[in-house]
Amino acid sequence: MADAASNDGFVVFDRVQKSYDGETLVVKDLNLSIARGEFLTMLGPSGSGKTTCLMMLAGFETATHGDIRLDGQPINNIPPHKRGIGMVFQNYALFPHMTVAENLAFPLEVRKIGKSEREAKVKRALDMVQMGAFGGRRPAQLSGGQQQRIALARALVFEPELVLMDEPLGALDKQLREHMQFEITRLAHDLGITTVYVTHDQTEALTMSDNVAVFDDGRIQQLAPPDLLYEKPENSFVAQFIGENNTLEGVVTEMKGDTCIVKLDDGEVIDATPINVSNVGDRTLVSIRPERVEYNKDRLQQGVHTLKAEVLEFIYMGDIFRTRLRVAGNDEFIIKTRNAPDVERLTPGQQIEIGWLPADCRALDT
Amino acid sequence: MKLVKTLLASSALTVAAGAVSAQDMANELTLVSWGGAYQASQVKAYVEPYLEMHPEVSVTWDESSAEAVAKLRAMNEAGNVTWDLVDAVASDSMRLCDEGLAEELNHDEILAAAPDGTSATEDFGELLVSDCFVPQIVYSTTFGYRTDMVGDTPPSSVCDIFDLETYPGKRALQKRPIDNMEWALYCDGVDKDALYDTLGTDEGVERALAKLDTIKDQVVWWTAGAETPQLLADGEVVMGSTFNGRLFSAIAEQNQPIGMLWDMQSFDLDGWVVPAGLPADRHARVMDFLKFATDTQRLADQAAYISYGPARASSAPLVGLHAELGIEMAPHMPTDPANAGNVHVYDYEWWADNRDDLNAKFEAWLAK
Amino acid sequence: MSDMTDTSGPVLAADGTPLKRSLAKALRRQKLRALMLIAPLLLFILVSFILPIGDMLYRSVENKIVVNTLPRSVEALSGWDADSGELPDEAVFAAMAADLKEAYEARAHTRVGSRLNYEYPGISSVFRKSGRSAGRFDLESGGPWKDVLIDLDDGWADQGVWRTIQTYSPPVTSGYFLNAVDMRVGPDGAEMRPEAERIYMNLLVRTLWMSLLITFSCIVLAYPVAWLLANLPTRQANLLMILVLLPFWTSLLVRTSAWKILLQQQGVINDILVWVGLVDDNARLIIINNQFGTIVAMTHILLPFMILPMYSVMQTIPPSYLRAAKSLGATEWTAFWRVYFPQTIPGIGAGSILVFILAIGYYITPALVGGTKGTFISNQIAFHISTSLNWGLASALGAILLAVVLVLYWAYDKIVGIDNVKLG
Repeated sequence: MADAASNDGFVVFDRVQKSYDGETLVVKDLNLSIARGEFLTMLGPSGSGKTTCLMMLAGFETATHGDIRLDGQPINNIPPHKRGIGMVFQNYALFPHMTVAENLAFPLEVRKIGKSEREAKVKRALDMVQMGAFGGRRPAQLSGGQQQRIALARALVFEPELVLMDEPLGALDKQLREHMQFEITRLAHDLGITTVYVTHDQTEALTMSDNVAVFDDGRIQQLAPPDLLYEKPENSFVAQFIGENNTLEGVVTEMKGDTCIVKLDDGEVIDATPINVSNVGDRTLVSIRPERVEYNKDRLQQGVHTLKAEVLEFIYMGDIFRTRLRVAGNDEFIIKTRNAPDVERLTPGQQIEIGWLPADCRALDT
Repeated sequence: MKLVKTLLASSALTVAAGAVSAQDMANELTLVSWGGAYQASQVKAYVEPYLEMHPEVSVTWDESSAEAVAKLRAMNEAGNVTWDLVDAVASDSMRLCDEGLAEELNHDEILAAAPDGTSATEDFGELLVSDCFVPQIVYSTTFGYRTDMVGDTPPSSVCDIFDLETYPGKRALQKRPIDNMEWALYCDGVDKDALYDTLGTDEGVERALAKLDTIKDQVVWWTAGAETPQLLADGEVVMGSTFNGRLFSAIAEQNQPIGMLWDMQSFDLDGWVVPAGLPADRHARVMDFLKFATDTQRLADQAAYISYGPARASSAPLVGLHAELGIEMAPHMPTDPANAGNVHVYDYEWWADNRDDLNAKFEAWLAK
Repeated sequence: MSDMTDTSGPVLAADGTPLKRSLAKALRRQKLRALMLIAPLLLFILVSFILPIGDMLYRSVENKIVVNTLPRSVEALSGWDADSGELPDEAVFAAMAADLKEAYEARAHTRVGSRLNYEYPGISSVFRKSGRSAGRFDLESGGPWKDVLIDLDDGWADQGVWRTIQTYSPPVTSGYFLNAVDMRVGPDGAEMRPEAERIYMNLLVRTLWMSLLITFSCIVLAYPVAWLLANLPTRQANLLMILVLLPFWTSLLVRTSAWKILLQQQGVINDILVWVGLVDDNARLIIINNQFGTIVAMTHILLPFMILPMYSVMQTIPPSYLRAAKSLGATEWTAFWRVYFPQTIPGIGAGSILVFILAIGYYITPALVGGTKGTFISNQIAFHISTSLNWGLASALGAILLAVVLVLYWAYDKIVGIDNVKLG
């Protein structure tokens, strides 16, 4: 993680807006600061504005309003080829009529770098992605994973300070994807480059990033490191978008310091941490992660409220048990329990009581 | 009893024999012509009247007269002649006749005599240039000029074509050596009777081309007869050669400011040719139609639709008014004495011998 | 089961036949069925493409007509020395009289005359005139035939006539091909024709050169249109596509005539130029009835054949390539030239081959707007097919054109590679 001083700096979106048709904004008042060396992921469903932001940064789209600054310089009027930003595309965009080495040499050639230096850099870049032997091949002769590495090497070969990646692993199978996730983060950190990574895959976002910006409806819903994002979602969109999540709807009946009492719609009462609520009477959606729900009374804090639940389904998944419950009228309430010797295996129809730490239960907006 | 039967049978046979010719005629007739106004005049003058008399007959047109020899030869090679009666120019009819592709006809036997009893041979006279040919019309290739572009002295001689000083501007000529070479030599001072003797020598050819060279820059070469009237109408050329009927319709029907220059008009004939070896039923139908379509009245009727002279001498007095415009047609005929003062009759035979050779020289000259 | 796998001999199928044979049988049946499916197409190609081309090649060298029509004369002439300076002897004339009589009866005398006339102008009338009287020859008691024939037509006293018959008596001739390259058989073998009669080589070179120009101008004009087609939003692209295809729904003659109206000296373009004041009324531009007119009209007519293959190739190039190039530091131009353009070469290649091959075969448009210097070799082929009826020469010219196309195709394959051609 970068320190606070350099945080104000390398890439800055300052009140950026973007509209294609002059009627609706696809990016609404975006403010974002990315530190030098940071790996930032833009995560969000399709149509949330994340790719548009990336394209504005790359220079393929112009901001309708606001400034984008790179290293303190506004870049709104700088054409893409002068921005010096490396980019990896969703379909790799390797030039099919050039060999791998020619593809890598391309950015060096247009920068008028001499032949010998060019060859050295190309070789180094190929070695960096363990593709040293493939310089003479055409992209079509490579597998998807190999093409991915070449695309990465090409984006890095001219030593940009900033690299953008637009869903680069979308076309790979799961195993290869996990491997590449690791490779990319390793490279990014080894080289100390700043990376902006766009994906709709939350696992990718959580495992790779220093910071994740969750996009929805043209806004950043939350910008935080992965752990905070998961454990402390700031609104119900983030809570539901990141990981699995249970929600219950109700009204705040009492505020007491850093906890509050929520009366659910079926009349039951629970403890929660107020996040987006401040007044008694606010409607709220409380959010609780499946693995933070307890039904073993011994482990629950004294004095917390509990809820009655009926077991609807029990799924054995090896490392964990996944149980679906009916809680306060919600049939889709999921809990996950680690498979440990002392854990009781529930059976459908069984009536239990569940509870949680108030800190794990967050009262969010509706 | 037996005798009666035999008598009856033989009388039945006699009756049948009388009917044979009508019943054995094919009812489909494929006619080949040029399309356009000329074919229309044929339809009006004798095809429609014939069909009225014989409603059982249906006529199919093929507008292939321009390639009549080539196509007929190809059909003959393939052993499947689908044409029944072909409209062709005189030179093509001779070629078809020589090659045995057209039937040799006994004109007096198959054609109608003139109303006064003059035989067909006499009526057509020397226009029967080939044994296989039944002439219909006399047409000519001649010049038209823009009346508003030639000043006060409209051209009166074919040699005005070569006079760029008095008549500046472009001229339209047909893209072939025939006629052009003769006109060139004639205007270079060669005697009309000596044109072909001169053209038969290399020097003569060079002389003709040298004469054409004097106006080469100013010539627009045409390949389709409709081009010259259009070029004249657009003011693209001052004067140009084409078939006289085309000029007539530009002048009389479209009121273009075009005048006729009949001097040294090049006469040619157009008529029917019967493909050789037709099956009997089709042949019978063709002969029946041919006799009707080439009689004195029908040929005169045709002149009411197009300004080409009827090939029968007996038709000439019957030529009347234009069917739609109501103007007197006789003065517009190439054969009218006022127009036929100085004519050029081109030598079919000579051109048959020398066409390929002169074509090569002409094309080489054009490309220079 | 076990004994089957144990045998060291060929693997057997379930019914005991060797597996290989069984497989071949099954495959043969499959192949036969597949063949039957394409049989109509094969037959069609054979009848409408291969046979006519074969016939054309055959006609370009075939010369049986002389020996078939004049068998006796050809044989009798074999002993005659054309360089002797003397006419053939009476035996040859007698043979010719007999041949003529037979030929006239079969109406073949003018055909052989026309055939020989291609090589020696004037011969056709010798045969035509003599043929008629030959029908009345009494071969038994007539003669002496030398006098009779020369009396009929003094062409028979011309050694050139006899030399031509002798030279062109073999059933196979190179005469048509020689003629097609402006050569002829002279007394000392093949020689060039006199300057004033050479047309075909010039025409061939002109045809190829102008077709190249037309192809090139098609590339230049089609490229941006195809690019627009591939990159505009669907609605506009569809509209543009209709505009591109519109000419296909208009007759070739109409389109060519429209160009006449536009380009002639009193035409629309000159009128506008004069009106604007760019051109003096007395110095109107000559932009039709020359090579320029042919190139303009044919470029227009052939343009869709260039646009469509280009478009179908461009359509498959994702815009991310250009973006990638730019993100790698390429300017707009470099990105286009180094990345986009090379990927469109297969489309350009396909369009160029299509347009070029169509162009060298055109004759209607060049005839109408080409004047004297903008006509193509096909105009001469058409002339020999339908007017002069010299089908042998037309075939030879066609064969040469075919050979040129094949050579160019081969060269293209060597230089660019034929797998680099994509129609979509």
